[in-house]
Amino acid sequence: MAADGNDIPQLAHPLEIPKLKCGAMAESSPYVASPDHQAGVGFPGELLPDWKERALAKMKELAQKNRAFRVYLDTCVKCGACTDKCHYFIGTGDPKNMPVARQDLLRSVYRRYFTFAGKHFPKLVGARDLTEAVLDEWYSYYHQCSQCRRCSVFCPYGIDTAEISMAAREIMDVVGKGQKYCNEIIGKVHKIGNNLGLQEKALRATLEDFEEELEEDTGVSVRLPLDEKGADILLITPSADFFAEPHIDGFLGYAKVFHEAGVSWTISSYASEAANFGLFIGSYENMREVSLRIRKAAQDLGVKRIIFGECGHAWRVAYSFLNTLAGPWDFLDQNYPIPQHICEFTWNEIQKGTLKFDPSQNDHIKLTFHDSCNVARASGMGNEAGGQFEIPRNILKTVCNNFHDMPRDTIMESTLCCGGGGGLLTDELMDLRTKGASPRMKALQETTEEHGVTHMAAICAICKTQFAKVMPKFGYDMDSIVSVHQMVSNAIILTGQDGDDEEEGDGEDAA
Amino acid sequence: MLGYIYAILFYAATAILVVGLAWKIWIYARTPAPLKIPTTPAPKTRGGVVLRMFREVVFFESLYKSNKWIWLFGWTFHMGMWLVLIRHLRYFTQPVWWWVEIAQPFGTYAAFAMLIGLGGLWARRVLVERIKYITNPSDHLMLGLLMGIVLSGMMMRFVTRTDIIAVKSYMLGLLRLEVGYMPADPVLMLHLLLVATLMIVFPISKLLHAPGVFFSPTRNQVDNPREKRHIAPWAAKLEN
Repeated sequence: MAADGNDIPQLAHPLEIPKLKCGAMAESSPYVASPDHQAGVGFPGELLPDWKERALAKMKELAQKNRAFRVYLDTCVKCGACTDKCHYFIGTGDPKNMPVARQDLLRSVYRRYFTFAGKHFPKLVGARDLTEAVLDEWYSYYHQCSQCRRCSVFCPYGIDTAEISMAAREIMDVVGKGQKYCNEIIGKVHKIGNNLGLQEKALRATLEDFEEELEEDTGVSVRLPLDEKGADILLITPSADFFAEPHIDGFLGYAKVFHEAGVSWTISSYASEAANFGLFIGSYENMREVSLRIRKAAQDLGVKRIIFGECGHAWRVAYSFLNTLAGPWDFLDQNYPIPQHICEFTWNEIQKGTLKFDPSQNDHIKLTFHDSCNVARASGMGNEAGGQFEIPRNILKTVCNNFHDMPRDTIMESTLCCGGGGGLLTDELMDLRTKGASPRMKALQETTEEHGVTHMAAICAICKTQFAKVMPKFGYDMDSIVSVHQMVSNAIILTGQDGDDEEEGDGEDAA
Repeated sequence: MLGYIYAILFYAATAILVVGLAWKIWIYARTPAPLKIPTTPAPKTRGGVVLRMFREVVFFESLYKSNKWIWLFGWTFHMGMWLVLIRHLRYFTQPVWWWVEIAQPFGTYAAFAMLIGLGGLWARRVLVERIKYITNPSDHLMLGLLMGIVLSGMMMRFVTRTDIIAVKSYMLGLLRLEVGYMPADPVLMLHLLLVATLMIVFPISKLLHAPGVFFSPTRNQVDNPREKRHIAPWAAKLEN
């Protein structure tokens, strides 16, 4: 195993189908959660003696509670349409990373215990007993799925491997074999309010530092309010936005847009996290508990609107699930989408003409856009189907003069995952992450060769962190990955900004 | 005697098919989808979803996007099968409906489409490394069963004609719960036996993809989660 990613596949093109390499990734496995981490999310601390019975009981419960789980386990015909669609398969060649084969790891057990054919003719239909070896195999390969749903786009029945991998992770959690990375983080959100475990005091100090920085850079006092009661907008953003590049630059971009739009807004220290890792472990209850923090914060602060910052799976939970998990939102202003994406907000303001830009500030950059999987295939933006593709691109084309898309079969609904999504953004999976990123990186390299593209923008904290880590392995600088609102921030001209002489005449229209 | 054996077989097969499918559909319909998970971009209206599903089941839209070979063989097989099924209605109706008459010549040669489709799909199971890997013995058996039905049917149509008048009167009799004379033609017996087998395994096999596709949440949900609150009954209980 080359955990340093020395054996990065040399793809001839982004979607090159590899030769099968059986067992190539059998050793890949993330750290198991400690009893403490498990307790924080309400699961047993270690593998229970009666784990098998519990696992089967959970499987039965899932089949009764989740239509997708039941229908998808029944309907697959093994046509093979999905076999070459997973970026981890393309990057590793391990056949168990083919979506159907990944589903079969669980389907084989489901068939054995819950179907006529599997009970009586197991060999015939590929059914097998649940053993500890099977459990270990699940643990390995269901943590080689980023739940990006690319396979579900291409399946004639819409079978979504993400649903199966979430279910598998939930079954493993329930029997006491949870994943450290996800469960530790969810525990921190339950306890403190964000993935980083950033306390209110630290958050306040960070925001004050950013305010000073902004004023130094622009000469304009742009506020970053925290826990401000009576603000109109509650901003829910991934905590990475407070912590690391290029996330921070995107965050400062939102602040500038709010400032110029003349709206009042605030961050909540109680719900200081957009990410919701409850999704990754398939736990409705955990996902709900995290979402309810947002509801409580919105009520306590008395806001009228909720806007989400740049975060992929957070936007899935926000757009697709928040109304279900923490609604109804009848106490918010119904004239705005609930919740709204920061890109929707910014694009609206651009169309209204409230923002002024100097796109030449981004002339040193030739840009492309990476559609983040959860935004592209699991949520929407605006009022039209496909708004999630158009709106971020419209913003980028407004603030940047050089924009080129990557090949069509690697973007929009066919986008390739960054390789770090779905709870896999942890160091011990670096080998998997690098290989999984290789199809996207090849698509980027082709676009660099053809159009001289130097930078790639994304609206997902996981994508940004993952690419900052893996891009150097593919010949790019780590700062080649940028936030969409970082590009906005570079180009926006604040009212009264230093060196803004030619704009002074009409600088009053932002009030 | 033969008439009675096949009568029992067909009544049993029909009962298993109907009850088994109804049971499965009941389960699918009853099982809640707790969250909105349409694969986006997805239609924003019910009408849009109907259209999406129509494109999916009539043109195999997603499969077309995915893999042109599987689409070609799969679509050819299924469309051929519909024509052949329609043509077979003539053995169960008297007088024969006008649109079944129209389909007659197409239905006759559609058997070749089925044959080509099945052959192509079967070849891929053997020749394409990835698909070979995911293939179980039951997948070969299913193809063998369908291939057997098509070939035995074609035998009777194009090679050794059976006494089709007698077969039809036997089938019309079964519909009236009357067991008549069935010709002891081995090809016919094989054909009917395989068809009955197919009917029996339908509700316990991957043939469930036929009803299943209509219940796939990624395909049948409207993309309106922000506008309309969606909540499963078991999840609503958590709110108390």
